[in-house]
Amino acid sequence: MSGEALLSVEDVVVDLPTPRGNLRAVDRVNLSVGAGRTLGVVGESGCGKTMLSRAVLQLLPKKAKLRGRVMFDGQDLVSIDWESLRKLRGRSLAVVFQDPMTSLNPVLTIGTQLIETLQEHLELDLAAARRRSIELLAAVGIPAPEQRLLQYPHQLSGGMRQRVAIAIALSCEPKLLIADEPTTALDVTIQAQILDLLAREQRRRHMAMILITHDLGVVAGRTDEVAVMYAGRVVERAPTPALFKKMRMPYTEALLAAIPKLDTAPHTVLPAISGRPPDPTRPMKGCSFSPRCRYAVARCHGEKPELTEAETPAHQYACFHPIEIPDAVPA
Amino acid sequence: MMLQSSPTDPLLKVENLVVEYVVGGKTVHAVSNVSLEIARGETLGLVGESGCGKSTLGRAVLQLRQAQSGKVLFDGNDLTAMRGEAMRKMRQRVQLIFQDPIASLNPRRRIGDIVAEPLVIAGIKDPEQRKRMVSDVLTAVGLDPALVMGRLPHEFSGGQCQRICIARALVLNPDFIICDEPVSALDVSIRAQILNLLEEMKARYGLTLLFIAHDLAVVKAVSDRVAVMYLGRLCEVGPSEQLFAKPAHPYTALLIEAIPVPDPDMRPAESVAVGEPPSPIAPPSGCRFRTRCPRADAKCAAEVPELRAVAPGQYAACHHPLT
Amino acid sequence: MATLELDLAEEAVSAPTRKGRRLGVLFWAAIGWMLFVFALAIFATVLPIPDPTTMDMLERRAPFSALHWLGTDGLGRDELSRLIYGARISLVVGLCAPMIGLTVGGALGMLSGYFGGRFGSFVVGVMDVLLAFPPLILVLAVIAYVGQSILNLTLILGVLGIPAFMRVARAATLTLSRREFVIAAQALGASHARILIRELLPNVILPLFAFFLLGVAITIVVEGSLSFLGLGVPPPISSWGSMIGEGRESLDVAPRLAFMPAIAMFLTVLSFNLVGDTLRALTDPRQGAL
Repeated sequence: MSGEALLSVEDVVVDLPTPRGNLRAVDRVNLSVGAGRTLGVVGESGCGKTMLSRAVLQLLPKKAKLRGRVMFDGQDLVSIDWESLRKLRGRSLAVVFQDPMTSLNPVLTIGTQLIETLQEHLELDLAAARRRSIELLAAVGIPAPEQRLLQYPHQLSGGMRQRVAIAIALSCEPKLLIADEPTTALDVTIQAQILDLLAREQRRRHMAMILITHDLGVVAGRTDEVAVMYAGRVVERAPTPALFKKMRMPYTEALLAAIPKLDTAPHTVLPAISGRPPDPTRPMKGCSFSPRCRYAVARCHGEKPELTEAETPAHQYACFHPIEIPDAVPA
Repeated sequence: MMLQSSPTDPLLKVENLVVEYVVGGKTVHAVSNVSLEIARGETLGLVGESGCGKSTLGRAVLQLRQAQSGKVLFDGNDLTAMRGEAMRKMRQRVQLIFQDPIASLNPRRRIGDIVAEPLVIAGIKDPEQRKRMVSDVLTAVGLDPALVMGRLPHEFSGGQCQRICIARALVLNPDFIICDEPVSALDVSIRAQILNLLEEMKARYGLTLLFIAHDLAVVKAVSDRVAVMYLGRLCEVGPSEQLFAKPAHPYTALLIEAIPVPDPDMRPAESVAVGEPPSPIAPPSGCRFRTRCPRADAKCAAEVPELRAVAPGQYAACHHPLT
Repeated sequence: MATLELDLAEEAVSAPTRKGRRLGVLFWAAIGWMLFVFALAIFATVLPIPDPTTMDMLERRAPFSALHWLGTDGLGRDELSRLIYGARISLVVGLCAPMIGLTVGGALGMLSGYFGGRFGSFVVGVMDVLLAFPPLILVLAVIAYVGQSILNLTLILGVLGIPAFMRVARAATLTLSRREFVIAAQALGASHARILIRELLPNVILPLFAFFLLGVAITIVVEGSLSFLGLGVPPPISSWGSMIGEGRESLDVAPRLAFMPAIAMFLTVLSFNLVGDTLRALTDPRQGAL
């Protein structure tokens, strides 16, 4: 683990009041990313990964309550003033969202959106901003960039739109890029291209990146560290090779096993995870995964496990009965 | 009058199907001259990316979409020529499962009524008998009828709704089910459950399936044979294991190589995927994949490749196949 | 083996989306007022109130008293019973006219939205023509031709309301026709009639009903305005509108004669608006859940 963490999420809790009761979307999450490193955040819908990214960006819904600290480049994003936050967003802290059709303004041209961002943050004049926009579009692999400046988002395909969104995100040379399911809405061949693009740009700019996805395959080759989330908490966290080879959390194992892989023979029964993800408005006393876990014992239902270290301090898991260890280990 | 073809004949035969429609004055060539066969008891996987026409093909087979030309023969009967009562009877043997399970259920009707609907349309008058059949099929898909029948769809999760949709498709004991992206909208951990369920139902009810999806690994897990579609045409058809082990068409190879593999040692090389799929409004001449194919040449632009055998049981539409 | 979801018991019991949206105090107050007015109107004939047409020339514009709770009007008729009988008229016209719009417009909207094509365009075209016609002129012309009566008034107001209902129904049907559950029904071989009645109607009726309540509010005001101008219900039948019109003459002496029917109308229209709005808000986010 090189260097100081650029982003450090410390004990963040996000609560959302809903008609059905309080929803704890994020439950005491601790994460960090160093400069030039990629953190993958993996989880299914409802696990809190999107809320977590919103919490980092301070873009939570109005009714949400946030506790904890988000240290970015030495500043606590939770407590700084609006104006400083605004200067950081787009400039040092950039985002790429899942659906480029809704994250790009459909009534403004691509050029306008790019140039606006550049002018706002880098204070370039119109001509310089325009030149830079064309460079950026070319860098993200969009053919005929001058013509694209005049086009609207709906005139481009999904993959192109996502490239534009990435260009906008990268335009001000951010230190950290958060990519929230950037390829989920795209075809698999385009997905590969977009992920390559992100990796290439990240290496070139020595940028930190958080890649949020539900697809373990996406994080496998492209991240340095992975955090697995379930029901609002981080249940396992490890350097990527360790996560896949020496996983401890039964959920991680079950998730990996449940994905059909290309080398599985057809018609094999897949090891499915029984049951379904818990209702976040009804928190459970014990481990959230225990109703679905095949290793669960009585202790799992009664007590919530905390994150403990595995063979290295970088690898942590929250489980009373982790795999590869024959007997339950007291936390 | 319904014919019955012999047991060795394919259950479904699609011949030269063409589906086009007009959008804003321009013609979209959704399905261009597709022919395929599905044997009884087989699962054919149909795979391709968005815009390739696979969903349109599925709907056209069921006559939910007007085909411009071509024939669809189900058990010897030409569906394209059937109308009215005969078509309605035929529909009871062929069912469809959709991608969005929650949108597939009428939000204002109770589950019991929704699953009983096919029975009502089929003319089963006795409410007790209907109730029994609905209970049976709900239990078969792993739901407790007593807890489920009186509720509304919004009270259930995506996975449960998909089970209900499968129950609705099974209640009339059909012969053939078209699954149009049945697990794409579901969480990863639920997908495996539903795939297992489909396999189990297939065995139990003796079904033949057409499984449409964009996820190759999912398709491979359930299919005996796989057909790959690109921009309205079939690229390659073959047995699952064989096709994935030795793809003959460059597009199949491209799809396989683009899949993210959950193995950290396989660091993905810079993908050879070039460019974007062209629009089905103005597809390239000749082989439609040629604009992205590293092996394309002049012949590919001039001549449309036909499906030709490249290995036993495996057919590819390519002038320069990989094998 | 497929995994069974026997844990459905816990989830099902929690019964998530109960309509737990707080229906505020205003909503219930509005419902209360509506019920009150309805009750008065329905039971008007059995209530211990004097006949609204009996004129007592000695007690003209009398103030509130034990004999006449709300006083009398310019011709000595009991104000309270005139208000109550006026409610009858306003409600009859106010409910029946939009009912015509709801049934005819709703049906046309659903059919044109579902079938589309030339038929759909034709219906929309006809409705556009009807909408383009200045409504007041149409009302005046028809009334001048066939005469003033409650029936004629209700019919013409009803017909004028058809385009609006048609649009609401058509919009809802267009959105719903594309949803997969409609395609699923078609795939099952359901007839068009069955799809329209069993699948689409239960979903379309909600926004239509919410719109209906707003339509009632508007119709009461329109009828009131026409009666105020003397073009609505013919005398001696009184509606709130005509009472306001008659009260104009006494504004300097007894302003209550104009204000009381105005307040009654105001409260009733407001109630229908509130309930209609609340229902519309309830039915929309239903699909969006959390």
